[in-house]
Amino acid sequence: MSNITDLKLVELVDKIKKKELSSAEVTIAFIERSKKSKKLNTFISENYDNAIKKAKIFDQKPDFKKKLPGIPIAVKDLFCTKNIRTTAGSKILENFVPTYESTVTQNILDEGGIIIGKLNCDEFAMGSSNETSYFGNVQNPVSENLVPGGSSGGSSSALAAKLTPATIGTDTGGSIRQPASFTGTVGLKPTYGSCSRYGIVAFASSLDQAGPMTHDVKDCSLMLEIMSNYDTKDSTSVEFKRENYLNNLNENIKGKKIGIPKEYRVEGMPKEIDELWEKGIKIIKENGGEIIEISLPNTNYALPTYYIVAPAEASSNLARYDGVKYGFRSKGENLIDMYEKTRSEGFGDEVKRRIMIGTYVLSSGYYDAYYLKAQKVRRLIKNDFDEAYKKVDAILTPSTPSSAFKIGEKLNDPVSMYLNDIFTVPINLAGLPAISIPAGHDKKGYPLGLQVIGKAFDEQSILNIALALEKNISFKNNITDWWIK
Amino acid sequence: MSKNNDEYLIIRNNNKYEVIIGLEVHAQVLSESKLFSTSSTKFGSEPNTQVSLVDAAFPGMLPVINEHCIKQAVKTGIGLKATINKRSIFDRKNYFYADLPQGYQISQYKNPIVGEGSVVLDMPNGEKNIGIERLHLEQDAGKSIHDIDPQNTLVDLNRSGVALMEIVSKPDLRSLDEVNAYIKKLRSIMRYLGTCDGNMQEGSLRADVNVSVRKKGDKKLGTRCEIKNVNSIKFMQMAIDFEANRQVDVIEEGGSIDQETRLFDTKKNETRSMRSKEDAHDYRYFPDPDLLPLELNDNYIDQIKKDIPELPDEKKKRFIEKFKLSPYEANILVSDIEISKYFEEVSKNSDVKLATNWITGELFALLNEKNIEITESPISSKNLSKLINLIKDGTISGKIAKSVFEIMRDGDKDPISIVEEKGLKQQSDPKELENLINKVITENPKNVEAYKSGKDKLFGFFVGQVMKNSNGKANPKLVNEILKKKLS
Repeated sequence: MSNITDLKLVELVDKIKKKELSSAEVTIAFIERSKKSKKLNTFISENYDNAIKKAKIFDQKPDFKKKLPGIPIAVKDLFCTKNIRTTAGSKILENFVPTYESTVTQNILDEGGIIIGKLNCDEFAMGSSNETSYFGNVQNPVSENLVPGGSSGGSSSALAAKLTPATIGTDTGGSIRQPASFTGTVGLKPTYGSCSRYGIVAFASSLDQAGPMTHDVKDCSLMLEIMSNYDTKDSTSVEFKRENYLNNLNENIKGKKIGIPKEYRVEGMPKEIDELWEKGIKIIKENGGEIIEISLPNTNYALPTYYIVAPAEASSNLARYDGVKYGFRSKGENLIDMYEKTRSEGFGDEVKRRIMIGTYVLSSGYYDAYYLKAQKVRRLIKNDFDEAYKKVDAILTPSTPSSAFKIGEKLNDPVSMYLNDIFTVPINLAGLPAISIPAGHDKKGYPLGLQVIGKAFDEQSILNIALALEKNISFKNNITDWWIK
Repeated sequence: MSKNNDEYLIIRNNNKYEVIIGLEVHAQVLSESKLFSTSSTKFGSEPNTQVSLVDAAFPGMLPVINEHCIKQAVKTGIGLKATINKRSIFDRKNYFYADLPQGYQISQYKNPIVGEGSVVLDMPNGEKNIGIERLHLEQDAGKSIHDIDPQNTLVDLNRSGVALMEIVSKPDLRSLDEVNAYIKKLRSIMRYLGTCDGNMQEGSLRADVNVSVRKKGDKKLGTRCEIKNVNSIKFMQMAIDFEANRQVDVIEEGGSIDQETRLFDTKKNETRSMRSKEDAHDYRYFPDPDLLPLELNDNYIDQIKKDIPELPDEKKKRFIEKFKLSPYEANILVSDIEISKYFEEVSKNSDVKLATNWITGELFALLNEKNIEITESPISSKNLSKLINLIKDGTISGKIAKSVFEIMRDGDKDPISIVEEKGLKQQSDPKELENLINKVITENPKNVEAYKSGKDKLFGFFVGQVMKNSNGKANPKLVNEILKKKLS
């Protein structure tokens, strides 16, 4: 039998249900590998001993009706987990231990999942390379000194390195799909309102959405099924019929109309990405799908719109980290002095940059020109998609305009860093679901992804299309375990 | 300075100034739980015992609207004869303070739940309409306590997140009496509706006061100052009086008024500048992305309208028509829902006129003396009604009734048994009364002579003597009649 950690999520579930593997065996295998993988710096907090204890308890009285029977899983450190430290990658929450559980992690626990640790991420999910984390860089297992993407960089790295059989991230402007693309894994951002935001440290409330990150589309379907539910504790949660995504998974895409937006052909995009896109188009056609050229005319405005809306909300969402109630506090002469020192020392540069941008665009005198205008453009971007969906069932684009870059390469060039998200950001602004699947490599051998964007609440269709693509692409991740001596 | 009811004018150097007042009343919504969390709102609990993770703004916590508070705001809007906005939006008002855990207050800015309405004041010289600009829902902040620990400020978050209705009036108020009447009327309407208990001691009703002055006859409004967070009618009046005079002084000295926020110091009876327009907070309002716009449909609003009880204005009209009360009497009786209930209970079984007099006279005096509310009255409506019936059917005189009332106040005793036990029944037997009268006439021949020769005033003397001899029990009406006959 191959290594336990080489197995995919659905395979592990199957083997545990067939009693070929115990929860403890599986849990210990992933923990052992994680212990050998410290060089990747994926974990901020480890919950190893507790997880093994829970696995053994599960094995004593296993419940095989659960969808994740005794399955170990590491999660992004943006999800509040009861009695497990939750930092959001920030010094300001360095020692924060929640007394409550986020809805999404609770759903995982309820289905028998066991949390083995909390994964590194950009500070408050603000970043595209995991370099803004207070807890340091994360290595991409694809190659040394390569970023794993961000903000769910710890998640993508841990998944690709097989330290967890699946994981969960959050995606505000591409934070699931871009790191998935950079590490040769699958990442799905559900429709806004599908997964509850309760207990997720907020970045930009109108854009944040939790989603699964997995080795393949099947695993992704299972995870989405578990994560997504209507939750009255989140007023933006939407009550809609959630499919049995795994059971309904179907690679037949005959007659499906797939849109190709011409605005996504950006200048200076590497040749390989264009080729990959063509490859995707070819597969769709060969499988009976219909390719339709479409236009999303306001695509160009998505990034500037995003960088007004997201920081505006963030500037307000992060006001609660003031040193008064919990988290890091610096000594001050008086209240104002304490605020200033706490927040200056507690937040990193990127977070401070976005708080300042956000504060600026909401200020009186600038509000109309920035925030209000951005909200109007956001509406136009959403209208573009609504128009397109009159003609097509889904849209196919590249996930990112480039493959993973070297650690440090873009750190001092925020605009170049922000440009990483041009293909993912419009989808968050429109609140739509999108999946990134690995589709090939560039000439450096780094993975590249394709993105399938769906209609609101139609996750099943994009999973099906992604499955068809996945079967025909037969992507192989060339990871050599270089970090394990 | 003249302060009569017609006009509140400040006079300096022959210049007459008119005072323009607008109020932003913060009324705590009567609700078991907070606006966006399930924590209790009970007053007077141990500090920080009514705080949920949402109220303390823990990471990842989200607000969920309390539907009851929406209903209360709509009810109040209907009571203020105001437009109910079917779509309203919750905004974040951003500022840092130790007792504001989120770093923002959830409020309603551009799209409040209730729009324009009006309140009718009964002033001595007639009715006056005060315009309502809007009513919106918002969260209360916690409480900073600076005087317990010498080094630190302590924070109590029990109040954090409690629902408030901010009711903004138009600048229609012109005198301290109108301010008094306006607050009392608002309070009365909300107590009728059960949407705010109006308890000013517990902070359920507070106001920010906007004051400006202008020369009488001017059309343009002067620059206003806002006096923050005044928590009693008396303090509001003191603050307005000080502030209006201060503004007049500034203008008379050739200066101009700066728009600013001021604080009323109750100990020194003065207002002081808190911050000028230049240092005004930039609250960076924007729609709260954690909450969807609030949408109400007609059916929902109509359902609430059906449950609206008879409000003070309507009740007053009915009392005047049905019970033939004077507008003045009706006003007093409808001013508070509990008083009106008490009155209706008493008058249901006894004479309305007597009920009105006894409630507004003896009973109010008693409540005032004991400084209690009518709900705590030591005399139940049932027993007051019985007492009134004893007067009405002639069993006891009004005077005796007062002494029975004195006994009743110590423990709500049944007036019928008091009258029996103490033998206070009125003497109405004409024979017995004649004996008493005859005795007085025989004993006072000089007075009889004087009376008969034209000293009419002496009639009272004879009545008094008869009453005295009967220990007050003689039926005064009969005594009058018989005496008149005997002395003619």
